[in-house]
Amino acid sequence: MTTLSQAHASPTPSSPSPTSVMRVRCCSSAGCLAGGAAELRQGLTAAVARRELQERVAITGVGCLGPCSQGPLLAIDPDGTLFAGVTAADADGLIAALAHRLQAVSAAEWEAPLAWRPAAGEQVDTGRPFFTRQRRVVLENCGLIDPERIEAAIERGAYEQLRHTVTDRTPAEVVDTIRRSGLRGRGGAGYPTGLKWATVAKMPGERKVVVCNADEGDPGAFMDRSVLEGDPHRVLEGMAIAAYAVGADQGFIYIRAEYKLAIVNLRRAIEQARRRHLLGAGLFGSPFGFTVELRVGAGAYVCGEETALIHSIEGQRGTPRPRPPYPAEAGVWGRPTLINNVETLANVVPILREGAGWFAAIGTEGSKGTKVFCLTGKVRRGGLVEVPMGTSLATIVSEMGEGCPDGAGLKAVQTGGPSGGCVPASLLHTSVDYESLQALGTIMGSGGMVVMDHSTDMVAIAAFFMAFCRDESCGKCVPCRAGTVQLHGLLQKHLAGDATAADLAQLEALCPMVAETSLCGLGQSAPKPVLSTLRYFREEYVARLKPGPTAAAAGR
Amino acid sequence: MSVRTLSINGHAVAMATGTTLLAAAREVGVPIPTLCHLEGLSPVAACRLCLVEIEGSGKLQPACLTPVAEGMVVHTDTPRLQDYRRTVIEMLFTEGNHVCAICVANGHCELQDRAVEVGMDHSRLPYRHPDRPVDLSHPLFGLDHNRCILCTRCVRVCDEVEGAHVWDVGWRGEHCRIIAGLNEPWGAVDACTDCGKCVQVCPTGALFDKADTTGEKHADPARLGALVRARARGQQTR
Ligand SMILES: Cc1cc2nc3c(=O)[nH]c(=O)nc-3n(C[C@H](O)[C@H](O)[C@H](O)COP(=O)(O)O)c2cc1C
Ligand code: SF4
Ligand code: SF4
Ligand code: SF4
Ligand code: FES
Ligand code: FES
Repeated sequence: MTTLSQAHASPTPSSPSPTSVMRVRCCSSAGCLAGGAAELRQGLTAAVARRELQERVAITGVGCLGPCSQGPLLAIDPDGTLFAGVTAADADGLIAALAHRLQAVSAAEWEAPLAWRPAAGEQVDTGRPFFTRQRRVVLENCGLIDPERIEAAIERGAYEQLRHTVTDRTPAEVVDTIRRSGLRGRGGAGYPTGLKWATVAKMPGERKVVVCNADEGDPGAFMDRSVLEGDPHRVLEGMAIAAYAVGADQGFIYIRAEYKLAIVNLRRAIEQARRRHLLGAGLFGSPFGFTVELRVGAGAYVCGEETALIHSIEGQRGTPRPRPPYPAEAGVWGRPTLINNVETLANVVPILREGAGWFAAIGTEGSKGTKVFCLTGKVRRGGLVEVPMGTSLATIVSEMGEGCPDGAGLKAVQTGGPSGGCVPASLLHTSVDYESLQALGTIMGSGGMVVMDHSTDMVAIAAFFMAFCRDESCGKCVPCRAGTVQLHGLLQKHLAGDATAADLAQLEALCPMVAETSLCGLGQSAPKPVLSTLRYFREEYVARLKPGPTAAAAGR
Repeated sequence: MSVRTLSINGHAVAMATGTTLLAAAREVGVPIPTLCHLEGLSPVAACRLCLVEIEGSGKLQPACLTPVAEGMVVHTDTPRLQDYRRTVIEMLFTEGNHVCAICVANGHCELQDRAVEVGMDHSRLPYRHPDRPVDLSHPLFGLDHNRCILCTRCVRVCDEVEGAHVWDVGWRGEHCRIIAGLNEPWGAVDACTDCGKCVQVCPTGALFDKADTTGEKHADPARLGALVRARARGQQTR
């Protein structure tokens, strides 16, 4: 709802008073933790204690602040000044600067920019397109609230929509609102969420299940993790509202074991919500009850596929099964089951709060709302961004990401991870929406966006993703189990310069075979990165060929 | 019993609701190659040999699992399907080590039969020559992983019909193997009743009777269907 720069600036008291308080929001998400954010926060807390400033300077952990590639990050309120590359060694100096500011006697002094700078880092200009071009709906609380305290979420309205829903809305009204909003699944396929909810709601069955898919397996993607780490109550509330709408009483969050912090934050959030009777039996004095359990997956990519995920929740081997029956009909323990992605569920609260029309006004004809992307690769400003659907790739990559470093020039943008494809620089004006990306042979995917410059070898990219699919194939069906190995072998042959025209022909023949005959989405989309690089960068394959038998001579 | 009418390769067919396309096609004499399917066991649709084209459906559908529907127009033998089936068989041959000349099932092997049916005279894909073990720890039977095509018939028959659940699939992707017990030597798994059902349903020479030598395995998987039907009728069977 707010742009990030607005979100970063909390209201500034116009003049200082002896009770004025400052707050340091330290990013405590996995990206910054890896860079030493925990030590930084400890250092800050210790420095505040040494100066006996506990009453005037609050040190809080928050979720991802956005430009993760420059971490560790922190923001200072009331003005929302953002600093990057801050280390524990900077802690004392920062607190000294804040102490100085707190002694301000005039409004001018209080509002003057902070003179302090981190030794090896910098102040981040929140007037840059990276911030101003964002539109935060899913991430509206992320980076602002302390995910460890339910009070912080409640102050920002958490569980208000659940209360409203349970006390004043019928399930049919909720389903209808979601349908009219135009929300589509953010887990990759873009299935209309309202339609899915309506289907599960219509299924007969005493007991139904809501599953939040937090398996997030695409390499380089961390949108869902950021939401779960930074604003876990948002997802729990979305699940509870979904449960009310479809008539479910039991919920599971299927999350990969690697997401340690998200797991800790979710466990704590579930416990806090349960204690406050925001989850559990008889919510808000109604007969509606809903419980949520975590199921920690062992990090197999295929377990993000809904039928494999269901098997895994049931304690079976995580392999897909043919659909139909769809989970809506027979899911966890045969019960009608609604499966939605984390980001899909995180959109539910703002839709109910602001109305379906408000949401539908954001985005394009077929793709409503915003999408969170993880901008990574050869880009100056990488990190977590949320933009309205319909924003062009050029805006995201060249304007917000500020293009490729080292002036190497942009070559392509990869979306959809191992199930997606590349968009060449010449098509960067393409709008980010489900249909446009599909027309180019890629997919919206869950939100990974990898920028590639001219030093990138597209055959190597195709081989990388095929190696991923080969490793992650569950092995149940032949075309994927053996086909990904054969495709990977062919790609390696190309990389080694040993491939002939016949090998290229075989590569091109095998791709549709694997795509059309595999049992689940993994095998069905595994050839996409190959097909996409063949479509736009065929010359890179051809240039490597060595003379040899032609396709016809090889019997293809 | 309600009936659905449909067309399979131009033949008009009327079939009871719930019948699979595979059964419907066989009824009218249209052959569809299968490997993982076996009447009497739960369907897994894993080998993808039986995929057929259904007009109006963007995706190929497994005949062994897809029920007949009113007005369906099915094609089972288009050039695209022929090519894909041959490729599936080539993938199976190249991912294992199938040396037919010295195999117990030579001449009575479903994989061989399918290869002949799909016209695979040679493999267009390179052989991978994986390093796979042989388990001869069971007193009566042997398991040669080199010949296993991971159809999971043995897993299903032992679990669903014999009730012993000796077999499972271990690991994933290209590393998948049939495992006995908790990945133990077959002979060390007490749950095995030595019934031999897994050997009977195995389509290849992967599971075999130790008494058999080259070309001597004559498995009869179709007997399983008879057994399951007899049980369903309450007739005494082992
Ligand atoms: C191989 C494979 C992996 C998948 N991984 C994920 C995942 O990590 N997270 C996710 O939300 N959906 C994933 N999906 C999509 C899910 O199957 C499912 O469509 C989705 O969770 C539905 O939620 P939505 O309608 O809210 O998008 C995956 C699909 C496939 C085929
Ligand atoms: S397509 Fe791959 S991942 Fe999916 S069922 Fe087949 S082998 Fe398993
Ligand atoms: S012999 Fe019978 S019990 Fe033993 S593994 Fe085979 S099917 Fe199971
Ligand atoms: S051992 Fe035989 S029955 Fe079992 S999976 Fe392998 S090929 Fe199929
Ligand atoms: S992880 Fe710290 S800013 Fe994203
Ligand atoms: S026989 Fe139908 S998929 Fe194997």
